[in-house]
Amino acid sequence: MSAIDFLLIILQILLVLGLSPLIVGVIRRVKAHLQCRHGANVFQPYSDLAKLFRKEPMISTTASWIFPATPYILFSSTLAASLLVPTIIAPMPLNFAGNIIALVYLLALGTFFLMLAGLDAGSAFGGMGSSREAIVASLTEPALILSLVAVALTAGSANISAIVYKTALLQGIVLDPPPHLMALVALFIITLAETGRVPVDNPATHLELTMIHEAMILEYSGRYLALVEWAAGMKLMIFLTLLANIFAPWGIATTLSPSGLGLGLVVFMGKVVGLAIVVGVFECMFAKLRLFRVTELLGAAFILSLLALVFFYILRV
Amino acid sequence: MTILLFLVLLLAYVSGMLLPLCFPGRPHIQNVIAHGSASVACGMGIVLGLVGLLASEPLVWFLPSSIPLLTFSLRLDALSAFFVLTISLVGLAVSVFASGYVREFYGRIPVSLLGFLYNGFLLSMLLVVMADNAFFFLIVWELMSLLSYFLVVSEHEKPDVRFAGLFYLIMTHVGTAFILVTFLMFYQETGSFAFEAFRSADQSLPEGLRTLVFWTALIGLGTKAGIVPLHVWLPYAHPAAPSHVSALMSGVMIKTAIYGLLRVYFDFLGGPFPWWWGFVVLLVGTVSALLGVMYALMEHDLKSLLAFHSVENIGIILMGIGTGMVFYAYDMPHLAALGIIAGLYHTINHAVFKALLFMGAGSLLYATHTRNMEEYGGLLRRMPWTGLFFLIGAVSISALPPTNGFVSEWLVFQGLFLSLELPSLFLKFMLPIAAALLALTGALALACFVKAFGISFLALPRSSHARKALEVPVPMRVGMGFLAGLCLVLGLGPAVVVPLLDRVSEPFAGISIAGRVFEMGGWTLAPVSGAFSSLSTPVLAIILAGLTGLGWGLAYVLGGKGKTRFYKTWGCGLNVTARMEYTATGFVQPIKRVFSTIYQPTVKLETEFLEESHYFAKRRHFEFSIEPIFLKYLYHPILDFFSTLADRSRVIQGGNLSLYLAYIFMTLVFLLMVMG
Repeated sequence: MSAIDFLLIILQILLVLGLSPLIVGVIRRVKAHLQCRHGANVFQPYSDLAKLFRKEPMISTTASWIFPATPYILFSSTLAASLLVPTIIAPMPLNFAGNIIALVYLLALGTFFLMLAGLDAGSAFGGMGSSREAIVASLTEPALILSLVAVALTAGSANISAIVYKTALLQGIVLDPPPHLMALVALFIITLAETGRVPVDNPATHLELTMIHEAMILEYSGRYLALVEWAAGMKLMIFLTLLANIFAPWGIATTLSPSGLGLGLVVFMGKVVGLAIVVGVFECMFAKLRLFRVTELLGAAFILSLLALVFFYILRV
Repeated sequence: MTILLFLVLLLAYVSGMLLPLCFPGRPHIQNVIAHGSASVACGMGIVLGLVGLLASEPLVWFLPSSIPLLTFSLRLDALSAFFVLTISLVGLAVSVFASGYVREFYGRIPVSLLGFLYNGFLLSMLLVVMADNAFFFLIVWELMSLLSYFLVVSEHEKPDVRFAGLFYLIMTHVGTAFILVTFLMFYQETGSFAFEAFRSADQSLPEGLRTLVFWTALIGLGTKAGIVPLHVWLPYAHPAAPSHVSALMSGVMIKTAIYGLLRVYFDFLGGPFPWWWGFVVLLVGTVSALLGVMYALMEHDLKSLLAFHSVENIGIILMGIGTGMVFYAYDMPHLAALGIIAGLYHTINHAVFKALLFMGAGSLLYATHTRNMEEYGGLLRRMPWTGLFFLIGAVSISALPPTNGFVSEWLVFQGLFLSLELPSLFLKFMLPIAAALLALTGALALACFVKAFGISFLALPRSSHARKALEVPVPMRVGMGFLAGLCLVLGLGPAVVVPLLDRVSEPFAGISIAGRVFEMGGWTLAPVSGAFSSLSTPVLAIILAGLTGLGWGLAYVLGGKGKTRFYKTWGCGLNVTARMEYTATGFVQPIKRVFSTIYQPTVKLETEFLEESHYFAKRRHFEFSIEPIFLKYLYHPILDFFSTLADRSRVIQGGNLSLYLAYIFMTLVFLLMVMG
């Protein structure tokens, strides 16, 4: 790898770390606006993180080393996953390190440890969160892989950078609106489920009847909570980036030039902030579903991705 | 030279079988000799396996016998050598572990006998994968089944162990019968029991017979492998055995069936076969994987849970092999090789992590004397090493990067995705669906191991057993540590492993793909068509390590050193006790409910109320069970049929000797008439 590649990787890390709290802030602001509240500044999450890092963390005497280790594992696995997803330039230098399966399983690595940490403190809330996360994660994973496969087939590659690059240049692919649209809707539903948004989970509540993600991380405080929150923001950003760049990669830099990168950054910011607004609006339009109704929603996502696959082949016969 | 190595190996096993018998009443000496010899023999086996894998020509040893059709011929080609290596690697770790674990049995079970059976079992598995004569194969196959049966019933004073043993014995013989039929069909065509003759007969077999061979081999070997719906014995038999034997049975014994399938399908039948063979294997694999993990989720006996996961992983192995067979049928040798390599990679990976997990379960049993997960808890603090090794095994079996389970499952996924190059539209749909079901399997396995590790090792101890548990002796930790290390090595080193597996698949697929699956000097695995997808676990591991450092550094820079406060968990004003924790049953309740079509759960809740009021319960009794669908709808009807038949035919049993003599006479007359 050349020095430029290293610079690009560092740029990507900085971009993901720097931008992910903003997305959380934008969604909160949109929701506040639609709920006729004034709401906090979009930059509030940055202050929250800074505050949490400085606070004294508290660890349960019941917990083992899994509990303090988990935030670091979650942070690194999520950030590592984000290095596989092109943001402002495609292909990414780390394109070779993994494909869609690697992305999904890197995210699963973080979820695995987070579920363990939920059980570690011995409180029933954590166990409840882990148990619910287990079922939601189990149902989203097949739909996620199937929807990504449907797109991968159109591009003839399962590496995300290659999919984005080929789509951006319309190179060697045929764009079929029906399968793409179905996969897009499926991936959007999965995004809501994976990142703990209404109607699957509610990030703004601490009520034991409804919470999933918040229940798992209930025992975290201080710098550990900061890392977990930051990782959650990064995961949200990864999914929004996937939505934006797989289905509409146009504007992304395909060659290395300062102007291209600058344009890519501006377009990327626009797309991701736009999607964040859409997510915020969705969160206000729907009520949270009961846990056992979530299966229907995720089943719909699965069927949609399956249909995307079927249409992909049928349109070619 | 190699023959010398093999003879020393044989000698080591035989001395491990017989020497302990010379020290009656000295269990410790028996233990050391038995498992010491087994370790030495396994060390030799590792060398033998590597030599066989790297040899350019198969090594053949031959010993004639006075029995017609039987020759004691052994052949070590790449496929056999790979399985010899797998058995020996796992066997070495398990033998070291066993030397500590068997102390548990001093005074209860004769250790010399256990050592005899253990060494004999390992030896018989080695001979199964090396046998080159059908007759000889059946003898050692039967030996392997019987020795493992005796090991399963080691603790025969328990009725459920006896039941498990009997169930296993019957099922394994049903399987053997089908294997026998398979070989007899070859014999009918070739007039010989030598595998060499089978191999050359591949093209001459009539189409109908080939199809029949496909089915009998699948049923016969599938019974041993534990494919759904022939898996029913496995969750009984594997947990009933002593834990080190469970590790061998789940880790390697069921893999001999995978060996047999590859041998029969690719080596004997060879040639082009119809695509639906591959599809059937893939389908069986997918169903086994999914149902295996689903039933595992509902198990709260740690060893039964692991046994069901063996069904799941055999399924994943067959998915790889089935994909390979589909591509083979369509004459796409590169992709066929990819499928076979994926299956073989998962074979060795599963052997390693399943043996590790069973040894972990054995350690928990050793420390707490219970197999019920609901009585564990908080063990990571009491048994840090066991906990760490079990965690590595759990991460590997959940196929999380950068461990070995992830690499092989990734390869299986690639085979399924590359279905886009198949000409058949039907398969183009079905293979990605299989991939989605594999993803579901993976996600459920992850949930299951969060349960297995989280409930057993984390939070507060749930019983006095768990509170008093102590870390296990050093040999047990060494055995587990070796396999835990191997999980990471196999995960980070596909660059070394895949070329070795390529040597196995090359004669079958007819092409070597070792030169085509790597990019960037071996750092990246990019199967067959490089642009399609790629993976680099070493790079992922480096990134993960680096970013963990970054996270730690950020926390330090943004937060300073800072003190950490330790305090008890908040319990809404109460002190948190073990009774408030989430249980294993509670943890999987949502999954049970969502998939209730498959589980068909029955819940019985009996409440005894106080006489004064119906609002206060004196005691409650909760019972929950899931419907054993296969036993109920498949096995019980068959059993009922046979017992009715037996009942009906009782009429002819007069109990009178002359009547039976008349029967014999009548049979004789009948036979003479038919023959005449």
